[in-house]
Amino acid sequence: MPAKYRKDEFTDEELGIDYSEIDFSDIEKQFEMTLGLASSLSSVVVVDNAPIIDQSKETKLFNVFNKIFKDIGKIVENGIDMPRDPETGMSKGYLFIEFETPEQADLAVKQANGYQLDRSHVLAVNHFEDIEKYSLMEDEFKEPELEKFTEREHLKSWLTDERDRDQWVTLRDNVVSLYWNNKDEQPEHIHSRNNWTETYVSWSPKGTYLVTFHRQGVALWGGDSWNKIVRFVHPDVRYIDFSPNENYMVSWSNEPFMSATGEPHNLIIWDVNTGTLLRSFAVTNEQLNINEKSKMIEWPVFKWSHDDKYIARMTPGPKGAISVYELPSMNLLDKKSIKVKDLKAFSWSPSDNVLAYWTPENDNTPARVTLLSIPSRSIVQTKNLFNVTDCKLYWQSKGDYLLVRVDRYKKTKKSTFTNFELFRIREKDIPVDVVEIDPNETVNIFSWEPNGKRFAFMGMKNGQSGIHIFQVTDGKDINKGAKELVTIEKKGANTICWNPKGRFIVFANLKGQGELSFYDCNDLSELAEGEHFQCTDIQWDPTGRYLISSVSAWKVKNDTGYQLWEFNGKPLFKQPMQAFKQIIWRPRPESLLTTQQMKKIRKNLKNYTAKFEEEDSLLKTKVSREIVERRKKLYKEWKEYRAQCQEKYKKDKALRYELSGYESDGEGRKVEKDVEYVEEWIEEVVEEKEELI
Amino acid sequence: MRPILLNGHTRSLTKIKYNREGDLLFSVSKDHTPTVWYSHNGERLGTYEGHNGTCWDIDVNGSTTRVLTGSGDNTCRLWEALTGKELHVFETRSAVRSVAFAFGDEEAIFVTDATMGNKSTIHFIKIAENPQEQQGPYKTIIVNDGESKFSIARWGYLNKTIVAGHDDGTISIYDAETGKLLRKAKDHTSTIQDLQFSTDLSYFITASKDTNSFIYDYDTLKILKRYPTERPVNSAAISPLKEHIILGGGQDAMSVTTTSVTAGKFEVRFFHKIFQEEIGRVKGHFGPINTLAFHPSGKSFASGGEDGYIRIHHLDPDYFTFKYDEEE
Repeated sequence: MPAKYRKDEFTDEELGIDYSEIDFSDIEKQFEMTLGLASSLSSVVVVDNAPIIDQSKETKLFNVFNKIFKDIGKIVENGIDMPRDPETGMSKGYLFIEFETPEQADLAVKQANGYQLDRSHVLAVNHFEDIEKYSLMEDEFKEPELEKFTEREHLKSWLTDERDRDQWVTLRDNVVSLYWNNKDEQPEHIHSRNNWTETYVSWSPKGTYLVTFHRQGVALWGGDSWNKIVRFVHPDVRYIDFSPNENYMVSWSNEPFMSATGEPHNLIIWDVNTGTLLRSFAVTNEQLNINEKSKMIEWPVFKWSHDDKYIARMTPGPKGAISVYELPSMNLLDKKSIKVKDLKAFSWSPSDNVLAYWTPENDNTPARVTLLSIPSRSIVQTKNLFNVTDCKLYWQSKGDYLLVRVDRYKKTKKSTFTNFELFRIREKDIPVDVVEIDPNETVNIFSWEPNGKRFAFMGMKNGQSGIHIFQVTDGKDINKGAKELVTIEKKGANTICWNPKGRFIVFANLKGQGELSFYDCNDLSELAEGEHFQCTDIQWDPTGRYLISSVSAWKVKNDTGYQLWEFNGKPLFKQPMQAFKQIIWRPRPESLLTTQQMKKIRKNLKNYTAKFEEEDSLLKTKVSREIVERRKKLYKEWKEYRAQCQEKYKKDKALRYELSGYESDGEGRKVEKDVEYVEEWIEEVVEEKEELI
Repeated sequence: MRPILLNGHTRSLTKIKYNREGDLLFSVSKDHTPTVWYSHNGERLGTYEGHNGTCWDIDVNGSTTRVLTGSGDNTCRLWEALTGKELHVFETRSAVRSVAFAFGDEEAIFVTDATMGNKSTIHFIKIAENPQEQQGPYKTIIVNDGESKFSIARWGYLNKTIVAGHDDGTISIYDAETGKLLRKAKDHTSTIQDLQFSTDLSYFITASKDTNSFIYDYDTLKILKRYPTERPVNSAAISPLKEHIILGGGQDAMSVTTTSVTAGKFEVRFFHKIFQEEIGRVKGHFGPINTLAFHPSGKSFASGGEDGYIRIHHLDPDYFTFKYDEEE
């Protein structure tokens, strides 16, 4: 990483540094040595393995070199020097190049080293200073001192909880707190820190790291002690995106920083395990999907493959292309992007290294959805579509199906209708089925059942909104593709949230009245209805046992807080909280059990149930006992306090009498005899008049 | 039992108070007319005519002969309780926020706001037997530099101290004789809206805009109990009969119109004083509750709301039999 971005990582206060206590002498010594060398030499690189040529070809070769280093940095005038043999006049196969800045030289070493000029010449680019340094190296091998091994904390210790509870993190005002879920009891507090984050908090996808955001960058925390594990310096960082296996991370900042080549870069790809910067990127506006309504960029810009092997981004439009980079080298796969003219959108399969993308209609070519295998770049399947206005790609979470939502013009070209194209990825030759829906229906929200064969979408028809649940059919069914299971009318619902284990859905009216509806897709029946007024977010826990609905102070002013529900809609716990901003369940990694083991557990579920129920009831009695004891204690304390007060009060009886002139009992209340109120109504005739009509 | 609705004020209520016997209920509101009612049936007994501004506080003396009112018209007025005759007008240079008779009815205080270079001040007056001889304030306590203004002031035990609540949530206790600051506590983070004593004056309850209500020990200013809620608390009262307290509030009057009634939480909330657990709610007002008072017998209570109504609730018989198992 260039030295430029290494500075000022976090403020001194944060790190608790007192400069007066630090011994700088060793650093000063080191700097003395660096300055001892000619400073300008640090911008000089040595290029080895250059072709050996005579004088006549020199200009030509220099031109080639100018081209190679054009993107990397600026070579100073007459900055290329190629020593030649004074006898033969031939070059010696190496040359010196001086750049404008040392940073450019750094980049040249990093990027041009190993450059293949032609078949027999692979350039070796090194710092001039390094050559000198290595030539001064002692010949005798000295064993380097091994850094003392310090054991890292167990980063997954939370999974060993005896009661298999899940954790969540909350952000309230500026306090970040972690809790264990305790069902209907008060959640168990684990840890809290003030000002732990400056904007918001997040988890890594498998729950290993807690992510906090600071002006200086991102920090990851974990383990039982919640110590900092690694940090990434990226000023004013806004968004991050982890690779699915937590090995890498992309970060985005609205404030671009100057890269070594002088380009403004907004994006950085990091190695999470080592904390090193792998590569940074500039992003042009065309490459960003900026949402017109919110003026926010559509994140993520870079998309990870399921196995952390590749990361891809796209350039839309006529010069469209998908650029796939390999990890950890971050080199462009096969050194070139995949050219896709008029590219609109792409996405990775969640389980295979397959890319899906679509291109719109153009002149005589139809719109097309393409599946492309990486790294072979072979096209697995394509589907041509006509009269298309828009397509959306939805992968099922296991990658078994790809559903493409296609919006087309009606014949009049005035309005559009929607249908679905279902790609059966696991079947031979990937057959594509068409799923027709009512042409008058406008589809709003679409969502696959996690790991399942069902999908749900919300549609509007003649001003009436309905939720439709479909199931993918097998080949023999007369309904090709998928058949509708049920249509549910839910007034006001604007969100579909599948249980992460499938089967159950919650329909919610977010940012409105906050009605929730818990639905069972096996029985096709509603389990329960609930309401969390004005709730802004709902979220299932990673095991699918609980749901949290929350009202965030970012969106709503009053009644912020969260509420915990059981999967079947039973309200468990309510926590109103002022200035409450965020709550997120800690994700879990996938289960290590095999399918057989899971089946076995399911078979013996009854035995387990009995055990768990016993544990639950034990816990319940313990808790209620605690409440009773707490109340008894409070009552006793209060009575003691009151006894003291009254003793004093009695002593002052005479004084009081003198002051107020009336008698009062022990508690200060005036002794009152039973007073009977007698109400008397007196009617009086004021005036009487008779009128004849 | 059905509540009695007292519909006599044309604007939102600011303070209600029972007299010592509890047969009368005195009220002030943002209209300019302090009013007195029969508490058992809600019949209006009369009004005190004279103020030209919002009335902020009212107090009645122990023998129910004098009434003191403080108003935004920069006056504090002394009235004859029975006839409604204005006995004296204390002119001030800013709005009068809070008034209180001392025990024994010989003295009283009133609190003026900080405006136009005038510092918030507690004024001491001696109540003259003969209204003709009534004098102005003979002594003051002025808020210290850098301290936030007084929002309320009450007499402490045996008239020895003044307990004052500040705009920033501070509670301070002054020596009533010398005006010296004796104790101070800063637990609330916003305006003290109400401060009501237990009957023996050994502890008091506060209501604050910061959505909390605390019970303080008078001698030590230690918090004995905490009652957190989700809304600004405008008033809090201690039951003289049971181990209960009541809280009333709601969001700022300003934002009422932008929220639906269900979200408003314009309910009187009953808490168990010792266990700090909510035991019930009484609905009724369709705006924030500004002021609460328990009848001296503890058998009924009254609430005054932003909606301009006073509601007198006589508690049902099962309220009096309700008891936690833990209460011996």
